[in-house]
This record gives sequence, structure tokens and C-alpha cells, in this order.
Amino acid sequence: MSETVVEADGLGAAYGGPPALSGVSFSLKPGQTLCVLGPNGGGKTTLFRVLAGDLEAQTGTARVDGRPAHLPQAERPRLDFPVSAFDVALMGSLAHGRWWLPPRGHERAAARRALKRVGLEASEHDRFGSLSGGQRQRVLLARALVQDARVLLLDEPLAGVDPASAERITALFAELRAEGRAVLVSTHDVDSARGFDRVLCLNRRQVAFGAPAETLGSDVLEATYGAEIVMLDDGRRAVTVQHHAPGEFHPPAAGRAAPGAPPDHR
Amino acid sequence: MIDFLDALLDPLRSGLGRRALGEVALLGALGGGLSFWVTSYRLSYAAESLAHGLLPGAVVAALVGVPVAAGAGAGVLLAALLVAAAARDERIGVEAATAVAVSGLLGLGALLALAPASPQRLEELLFGDPLSVTGADLALAGAAVVAAGAALTALHRPLAAVAFDREGARAAGLQPALVSAALLALVALSLAVAVRGLGNLLALAVLVGPAVAVRGHVRTPAGAVIGGAVVAVVAGLAGVALSFALSVATGASVALALCAAAVAGASLPALRPQRPRARPAAPAG
Repeated sequence: MSETVVEADGLGAAYGGPPALSGVSFSLKPGQTLCVLGPNGGGKTTLFRVLAGDLEAQTGTARVDGRPAHLPQAERPRLDFPVSAFDVALMGSLAHGRWWLPPRGHERAAARRALKRVGLEASEHDRFGSLSGGQRQRVLLARALVQDARVLLLDEPLAGVDPASAERITALFAELRAEGRAVLVSTHDVDSARGFDRVLCLNRRQVAFGAPAETLGSDVLEATYGAEIVMLDDGRRAVTVQHHAPGEFHPPAAGRAAPGAPPDHR
Repeated sequence: MIDFLDALLDPLRSGLGRRALGEVALLGALGGGLSFWVTSYRLSYAAESLAHGLLPGAVVAALVGVPVAAGAGAGVLLAALLVAAAARDERIGVEAATAVAVSGLLGLGALLALAPASPQRLEELLFGDPLSVTGADLALAGAAVVAAGAALTALHRPLAAVAFDREGARAAGLQPALVSAALLALVALSLAVAVRGLGNLLALAVLVGPAVAVRGHVRTPAGAVIGGAVVAVVAGLAGVALSFALSVATGASVALALCAAAVAGASLPALRPQRPRARPAAPAG
């Protein structure tokens, strides 16, 4: 029997009120990638918070092999805080304990390697707040890499990043998979979900879980996104994400957009 | 002019003045070193409230005949713990938690202060008096500087990680609420020691002013901590010297010097943020 590194069984969670998420059951093996799809408020971040141990499950169970590296949604860090890209990457080493001592040489080396993996080795001395949005996201990803976890929870890592950063981050998913790590990524990009091993569709409950080719049908997407789904003129689907940024539009692939749809900003 | 400059050296000519300089320098090192974290954690309001909250503790100390700093420390530590405990509930938040905790302690303090046996020189607790410090006060302040310095050194990485990105720090395994509670405890210690020299109404100046002065001129949190301590010590010594030269209240003079340093530092042009380095252009063709 193959080992599982992430497992949820009938998982539900709430923030002191009605359930924010219920009935989530899935499992992942080492080296598998999972795309978590869902509208804003659909429970993606709630799921990640439960898996990260920040929020207790209200119902069911959740199990993660070791402490996961969790990349929360972007733009939470303070841009006015005087730290460099290297300092931020090095913060990932706090996951190894020994927080009361100065970082050791191998932890500094790990931070430099992580910055190199995200293509920012030349910017390690640059102040975090002076970097572009995409670069900042890559630095935060480097911080998660330094944790050297078997499971990575990446909450909308591609939201608002420039194409070069998105390409770099996407390539990293494949590298992490090859290293045998389980990678969970939440996104609004339906088309990109097809590149993952598994897809989990949430809308305050689990709508579907399985291989993308078997899961991403019209019924599932409409049950997941409801009114946020947009049908393109070639039959493909896109998702509007107006709660995050008015006018932002995520078509499934470059090329034609629906008549009257906002332009593709990717 | 010569007389004025000569008067600035007056504190060095008496034991009373030298003790005042020593007390203010130690308070500057303590509060100035903490000030960057106080402002980074947006605890200025909480620190002010804690400073006010120490009054009942100081009154109780005077009533039972123990050192004022001990009573103030107990009162402010109790307030810090109450604030930290209530702030753990995200539905309440730090501001409301602080208001509730400090209001309760002030109510208790008012009851005690109105008792017939309340201390007569309450104004010293409110505005401080560096000229009245004793050798024991200096020893207490020195011990507090050593203890807080060791704690700040050990907590430096968690403090920076949580101040920068609370969610990210939690994801790395830290407990932000505990880090914040530890910082509040250090603030409480600083206030308890500072009440002797600066009083509970003016002690906040040393916990906020230095950070405002240096914030735009440092590139690292460590630089801000050290810079804040240096600014606070220099401004504090200048405040004592000016109070002697101008024959004004020393505690208030020190507080004004710290605020003047904050205004001056904030008015200076900030360091230009480092921009990403330009990458070499790819060779044509």
C-alpha cells in the first residue's frame, strides 16, 4: 500500500459560525500535485488553514505528514519592514526550531539556494518592499522552500504575479513533484488545473475530487463557481474573480476571450 | 553663551546630576532598544495604556511600603497579561482588549488612591523625577537593561518574522500570540523601571520617540534597535543637561528631548530603498 502524506476524511471547519467548509475527503501521495479550485469564500484558504494546523477541524479528520510549508495569500507581509529578500527567505529556517540562536551556516546556504531556485539570487540584498509583486511572491515561496517540508500548501501563489514570475513558479511545481513532495495549490485558473495530478473543487463543501480529465466537466465547474463561471465562444470556461480585484479576469488560455469580456491581463 | 554651555555640564558636577544622567542613559538603552518593536507591532497605544495601568500598582506599592518600581511592575505586568489574554480572541482585538484591561485597573487604582492612606506625592508617579533616583534605582535599571537585552537578542528572529508577516510566521511554526505577549512583558518591564525617572505619563516618550526618529534611516531590524537605543540615550542625556541649564523639570525635559529627536529624525530624508539591480543586457544578435 502506498503511503499518503495528506489525508482528509469528512473534513469540515468553521470560524465560530456556520460551516465555512464541509464534507472534504481526499488523499495525496508523495510526488503528487493537487489543484484546489473554488470561488472566493469557497473554502480554499480554510482548507489550507486546517491542513497547516492554524484552524481546528469542526468535523472529520485531517492528517499531514510533518509540518507543512504554508504560503499564505500574498500581500499580507509589511512592505515597510526593513528586511532583504535574503532575510525573508531565511525566516523559513525558523521552522527547524532553535529560534533563539542566530541562523547557522547551512541555514543561510539553504536560503541562498531557495532564492536561486526562484530566480532571485541576484536580488538577495534588495529590500523586500522594493521588489515587484511577482518577485515578492517568489521570495515568499523561497521562504517556504527553506522549510524543507514534504508537503507544501500554496494559497493562490500565481495571483497578481507577472508572467515571468508565474512561469518560474509553475516550473517549480514540477521540480517539487520530482523531489517527491506533495504540492497543494489553490487557484482560479481552471485551465492550469489540467496540469496537476489531482483537482479538488470546493464551494463551501467538496464538489468533486479526482484526476482533472475526469473531474473538470461542465456540471462540476458550474456547481463549483455558479454565477462566476463564464462560457467562452469556443466552448471553454473562464472564471471571473471580482471579489479579489474588480475587472480581473482569468481565461483558461491565452487567445480568444468571450465577446465583451475584459482583456486578458496575464 | 559660554555660561549656558557651561551650565550644560552641571549634571556632571554633582552626585545627584550624575545619577540622573545614569538613570536616563539606562532608560534610553532599555526603552530605545524596545521602541522599534513597539512601533512595528503597532503597540504604541497599548504601551500608553499599560503606562497608565501601572498607576494603581504603584499606589498599592506606596501603601504597603515596597519599592514603587515593584508595584508598578506588578500592575503593568497584570495589565499586559490581561491584554495578551483578551487579544488572543480575534473577535476582541488588541485595542478593545487594552481598553477593557486598563479601564479595570484604573478603576481599581482610583479606589485605592482615594483611600485615606494614599501617597501624598502622587505627582512624582505621574511625571517622574530623575533627580530623586537612588543607587538602588540605578542598579534596578541596570539589571533591567541586561535582562531585556538578553531577551531581545534571543527573540530577535521571532520578533522580526512575526512583525513582517504574522501569517507567514505562524506557517513557519512560531506562535505569534506568544511572541507578542513576550514583547508586551518587556514593555511592561521597561515601563515599571521608567516610572521612577519619567513617570507614567511621560515614560511612553522613550518607547515610541526613538523608533520614529530612526525608522526611515535603517536597513535592518537590528539597525533600528541599536539606532533607537543610541538616539534615546543621546536625547535623554541632552534632556538632563538642558534641564540643568534652563532650570526646568528634568523628567519633562527628557521627554521633550525624545520627542524633538523623533520630529528631527522623521523630518530628515529617508534612505532611498534599494532597487532591484539591473541585469546585464543580453548581447545583441
